[in-house]
Amino acid sequence: MSLPPGTLFLLASALLFAIGAHGLVTCRHLLRKVLALNVAMTGVFLLLVTLGRSGTTVDPVPHAMVLTGIVVALSTTAVALGLIVRLERRRP
Amino acid sequence: MHPAEALFDALLLLSMVVLAWQGVHARNMFRAVVSFMMFGLLTAVAWVRLEAPDIALAEAALGAGLTGALLLATLGRLKPERRGARLQRAAKLSMLPWLALGLAGTMTLLAVTLALPAPGLGERVLSAMPEAGVDSPVTAVLLNFRAWDTLLEIAVMLLAVIAIWSLGQDVLASTSRLPAPSLPALVRLLFPLLVLSTFYLLWRGGHGPGGAFPAGALLAAGLVLALLAGARVPERMTGAPLRCALAAGLLAFIIIAVGVMAEGGVFFAYPPRHAPMLIAIVEIAAGLSIGVMLTALFLGGEPTDTQGGST
Repeated sequence: MSLPPGTLFLLASALLFAIGAHGLVTCRHLLRKVLALNVAMTGVFLLLVTLGRSGTTVDPVPHAMVLTGIVVALSTTAVALGLIVRLERRRP
Repeated sequence: MHPAEALFDALLLLSMVVLAWQGVHARNMFRAVVSFMMFGLLTAVAWVRLEAPDIALAEAALGAGLTGALLLATLGRLKPERRGARLQRAAKLSMLPWLALGLAGTMTLLAVTLALPAPGLGERVLSAMPEAGVDSPVTAVLLNFRAWDTLLEIAVMLLAVIAIWSLGQDVLASTSRLPAPSLPALVRLLFPLLVLSTFYLLWRGGHGPGGAFPAGALLAAGLVLALLAGARVPERMTGAPLRCALAAGLLAFIIIAVGVMAEGGVFFAYPPRHAPMLIAIVEIAAGLSIGVMLTALFLGGEPTDTQGGST
């Protein structure tokens, strides 16, 4: 393989971000928007960790950042879902 | 890299991309949510491939498990007629420029990565490890070198719990329990094991993959499972005790961060002598607190003592 290591992961992270950002804009259903946001965030996390691997040693800083990011993403999702349920109840 | 490994990575990433697409655009909302959960599980495998076992543990428990439970619970609360909504053909076509943009972005990133002279703080973290008080580099970054980030993250979680609780009452209590007679028995078997694994992961966090986040997620998984099996928050726990448990992680963090200033240090600069003990305290408090907070997020509202049943 002549490809540098991590190329596949970079490609996937870009595709995931594209799918997520596209879904966030085009989907009308709010739950789908939340799913799209999560997909886009996974793309960003993959990018961070893949870039952190390009050095000689495995860099623990991006790992810690992504761990923090996953928890923040979950909190965001939970609040968004709470708001969606609330909105739904207000609708006639 | 071995060709088989490259093939495995390619298949893994391809299925991740397909599942992500399914998760956003599947015709049936239920299918979309299940695809997204599978996407989360495959992402955990991808973290293993990227030599990030800590993230893999957290992703499997949080990204796939709890997010999936939250999504399914929300889906059950939405009215059925609002579930559908097909992607228009125009929207499908509008994906093409985004695809082009994504590919162009990848090429740029690739060029930048190859041009950069081995970036990262890996060397500096390794050289500071003797003073960290723990053996695992990721735990050292999370709870010592960049403890400030973790403090704020726990604050964000607490804020999310407050935001959800301010939206209304415990919604789970008003929805019916799962009609699964075997679930309570399963929970009785699994719950002690999950609590045991929580403490194992907390203990292990000091020297290997593990730590407060996966441990908290496991605890939350046990509690959520118990809730699904029909258990309710006991009445005497609902008021102050529950709030204390929710805030314990953040409080322990702040008290220790300010406490080390008393010994002449700066905010969050643990004295190396006491670092192992301080990190252990923070880790246990944060882990348990994270577990309770995640469960509170799943509850979707403050449990009220008026409608709270027994158990």
